[in-house]
Amino acid sequence: MLSAKLGVDQRHYKAYAKSVQPPKPWAKNGLRAFLVGGAICLIGQGLQDLFVHIFHFSEKAAGNPTVAVLIIFSVLLTGFGVYDVFAQWAGAGSAVPVTGFANAVASAALEHKSEGYIVGVGTNMFKVAGPVIVFGVVSAFVVGLIRYLFHVI
Amino acid sequence: MLCGQQTWQFPTRPRVLGTGTIVGEKEGQGPLGDRFDLVVTDPYVGQDSFEKAERKLMEKAQETAVQKAGLTIESISMVISGDLLAQNISSHFAARTQGRPLFNVFSACATSMQAVAMGAQLVDTGYASNVLAAVSSHNSSAERAFRYPTEYGAQKPPTAHCTVTGAGALVVGKGNTGPIITHATLGKVIDLGIDNPWEMGAAMAPAAADTLARHFLDTGRKPEDYDLIATGDLARVGHPIARHLLLELGYDLGERFTDCGILMYDKTQSEVFSGGSGPACAACVTFGHLLLGLTEKCYRRILVVATGALLSPISSQQKDTIPCIAHAVAFERDGE
Repeated sequence: MLSAKLGVDQRHYKAYAKSVQPPKPWAKNGLRAFLVGGAICLIGQGLQDLFVHIFHFSEKAAGNPTVAVLIIFSVLLTGFGVYDVFAQWAGAGSAVPVTGFANAVASAALEHKSEGYIVGVGTNMFKVAGPVIVFGVVSAFVVGLIRYLFHVI
Repeated sequence: MLCGQQTWQFPTRPRVLGTGTIVGEKEGQGPLGDRFDLVVTDPYVGQDSFEKAERKLMEKAQETAVQKAGLTIESISMVISGDLLAQNISSHFAARTQGRPLFNVFSACATSMQAVAMGAQLVDTGYASNVLAAVSSHNSSAERAFRYPTEYGAQKPPTAHCTVTGAGALVVGKGNTGPIITHATLGKVIDLGIDNPWEMGAAMAPAAADTLARHFLDTGRKPEDYDLIATGDLARVGHPIARHLLLELGYDLGERFTDCGILMYDKTQSEVFSGGSGPACAACVTFGHLLLGLTEKCYRRILVVATGALLSPISSQQKDTIPCIAHAVAFERDGE
């Protein structure tokens, strides 16, 4: 009845719906992502300097404990139920590799704890983060191949 | 009996004998917080998983409704229930201890009015002396089933919904007091091509408009015959679209047109996005707030059209469009 009477077809309706729905706040999201993402990286840099200057790590070796500290904080905040609230505000800024990845793994692990540690946590831990690993490995392989070809030529 | 093409009229005037509503903390903090029977602050409701928590909500809402109807579960002819989880585990598992015949139904967030319509029909035709209709949803179990892990940090767009944590139950039967169920208009599946699961308001609005227009045509009633017409969970994005579509069809619903998803939360509450959704949204707002409005004599006659997006997590990952449905039930006060 509706479509016959209104002459509404899928194409027209989609265009109409799009015109009346609130748009995604791209500019606001972009600004927040820039600030939060930058701030997390700044904290990371601060941690690295801390490990270099106070604990006398080499610049290269300081990377590992820095990442470990960021992961611990991200996982703790996920466990306390804070990270998802923060991410709603920060958007892509909170998806900055280390903390976002840790949140993806920890949240999936927590979610599936009710099905046990093996079939639940073990099977589902990388449910959200899995694609990052798959495409990370694949793109690393492709980039490595291109680099090698340039090297040969 | 059939009235027009898609409407059931109930000549024996079955009544709502009792209702039970239970909601979570966020819903309790909303503007309708004191209209529900019970507000639980523990999202686990003392259980060890969100799925078990939802089941508990379902059980408590059913117990409350039966108790408020002055009945015992043994005297209920049959139970009609539904929820959002796969294989409807909340409904089935909650029914384990009841020992009553069960119909399990699914039309996503429109399940509440489907269950009430079927219950009223069974009572009206004499196939049941009373029916317990119930639905539930839980924000965290729905997030897990349809979206991401609850603690995963993904940003949601402003068109998103917040799935209501809660359960609503209603006993329909023959009696001398309580709101009368006069009509039910059964919806058709309508799909106008929205494929984004974050835009369920826009996806469901045409189904609501279609069922409402059908109701007016079938019954010969006009929007003015109702003091209040509420959609289930179109929320702040979908509701104006439904209003627009109905205007194009020649029905001006005016101020009486509202939405349970809008009523459920205050828009200043955190992470409610465009408003509430889930079977419990239409159920708790209707069974709690709106039916109470009838007994308190705020309204004489109301029409609730619950809206459901019939998508599955797999269909949306396969980028399929979202088929939607809407079922309407008309309630009225005694003596109208």
